Amino acid sequence: MAPPSDTVPPPPRTPSAVPRARRPHPLLAPVRLLRRHAVVVAGTLALAYLLVPNLVVLVFSFNKPAGRFNYEWRTFSTDAWTDPCGVADMCGSLSLSLRIAVLATLGATVLGTLAAFALARYRFRAKGTANALIFLPMAMPEVVMAASLGTLFLNMRVAFGFTTILIAHVMFCLSFVIVAVKARVMSMDPRLEEAARDLYAGPVQTFLRVTLPLAAPGIAAGALLSFALSFDDFIITQFNAGPSTVTFPMFVWGAAQRGTPVQVNVIGTAMFVLAVAIVLVGQVTANHRRRSR
Amino acid sequence: MTAVVTPGAPAAPPGTPGAERPPGRRPRRRLTPYWLLLPAALWLAVFFVAPLVYQASTSVQTGSLEEGYRVTWHFATYGEVLERYGEHFLRSFGYAAAATALCLLIGYPLAYMIAFRAGRWRNVLLVMVIAPFFTSFLIRTLAWKTILSDGGPVVGALDVLHVLDVTSRLGLTSDDRVLATPLAVVCGLTYNFLPFMILPLYGSLERIDPSLHEAARDLYATPATTFRKVTFPLSLPGVVAGTLLTFIPASGDYINAQLLGSPNTQMVGNAIQKQFLNVLDYPTAAAMSFVLMALILVAVTVYMRRAGTEELV
Repeated sequence: MAPPSDTVPPPPRTPSAVPRARRPHPLLAPVRLLRRHAVVVAGTLALAYLLVPNLVVLVFSFNKPAGRFNYEWRTFSTDAWTDPCGVADMCGSLSLSLRIAVLATLGATVLGTLAAFALARYRFRAKGTANALIFLPMAMPEVVMAASLGTLFLNMRVAFGFTTILIAHVMFCLSFVIVAVKARVMSMDPRLEEAARDLYAGPVQTFLRVTLPLAAPGIAAGALLSFALSFDDFIITQFNAGPSTVTFPMFVWGAAQRGTPVQVNVIGTAMFVLAVAIVLVGQVTANHRRRSR
Repeated sequence: MTAVVTPGAPAAPPGTPGAERPPGRRPRRRLTPYWLLLPAALWLAVFFVAPLVYQASTSVQTGSLEEGYRVTWHFATYGEVLERYGEHFLRSFGYAAAATALCLLIGYPLAYMIAFRAGRWRNVLLVMVIAPFFTSFLIRTLAWKTILSDGGPVVGALDVLHVLDVTSRLGLTSDDRVLATPLAVVCGLTYNFLPFMILPLYGSLERIDPSLHEAARDLYATPATTFRKVTFPLSLPGVVAGTLLTFIPASGDYINAQLLGSPNTQMVGNAIQKQFLNVLDYPTAAAMSFVLMALILVAVTVYMRRAGTEELV
């Protein structure tokens, strides 16, 4: 019988420098293979965990539920898709949410971009304080901000409604815009602007034709983020909306207590498909443009 | 503008400080960042800082909505809150910690896969991570009611695999059902905040130079050693950012506990919401949110100290 292989060491490539255990053993190959794929398997499972609810929302938008709640599958039906606004108040709440999201995005993007330039481009004494002020809203549970702003409005006897929601949304979107734009501005090459100035571009021209286009991806990212945050916000909105202003998330919340119409799933699916389509078209055109350059 | 040279006096050499520069120009430039910052800072001061200060004063007020509230330094509210809602606080932090750990466990492989294994599918996978956001999260959370429904395939599978036996012994589930149990709430929290973990993780993993992996392999490190000694330490900023971005909002959340839980799984958020919107007891709501904020602050400070990463923003 052959002795165990380690008693007869094969000639080492570099004398005695290579620890034996570290050399890949042929028997370990399948283990390594499995290990390599373990990441992919686990990652795919995680992706499934993220996406299965969307699939459920899609499937159940074709359901014809028996009772008021759309949690159990009954029969296939396209009723909800042919009549998406058939539920009282739902489409009104949807358009209200869209209006608030557009205005909040506009406000937060303008204010946030200005502030981001200040923080990225200048050194000044209050910078640390300003950074802390911007970081805090992101590091605070929403319910705390929601309750405190609501208490203030209540005691100032401000009427709750569209305006209070808008104020709150601009407030919590600001920080995200600032972080997104600031990151972009800080990664921009200052030499490009110097070059523009050397080529006799005035400050306004330099800003409009060099700085702004360079910062645009950051501004767009911040704007998209704040649109999504505002459109989907529930906690802060619930504390600052008052009884008669119902945004789409608030409508869904109410529906969860009273009975969920299938149309909610239709809206959810439509939004999903629309947004993914926009992103994909954007990707494809970006690739196309990059290739044609 | 040319400098005025007095006849007879020698012309000032170029670059002499001060004299010929139009006055007021420097201070104005020094003020520029303040002007740029002013609108945003004012907005945050008025609608974020002022409410917090006001909230602090509200928490020590007594009175009623009809008669008005007055500051009476009634600190007893805090004691009452801790006594009545101690369990809610414990649950909040327990569920949030569990969800954060699960997010890290589930999110890390996915972030790793996107960063190192995806090749040209990278952008597609990133879109897929963000894609759930495009559907209102309340709708998606409600979908979990279907997924975890009693007698449904998921619960059936967990039952067959005897997972439910283990979880019910741990007090996470009861009576062979998942809905309306702590497990459902943690599952919902994990699901809702998973992208907040994945994106920062991906951000720090993506920055790792793949040649470091090659170097580790060349130096005879096993994949496990490479991960332990190279990849994971380099991804720590992402881990810290991700855990904070998951833990903080999860501990204040009340949506998952409300939609997927039962009265026995209520978190602090539920209590604050009820006090504010139904009971209309604003001092109690204020005290609770202050305690929540303080506890989170302490937890985050301790965590940041231990993690040792301070440059996050």
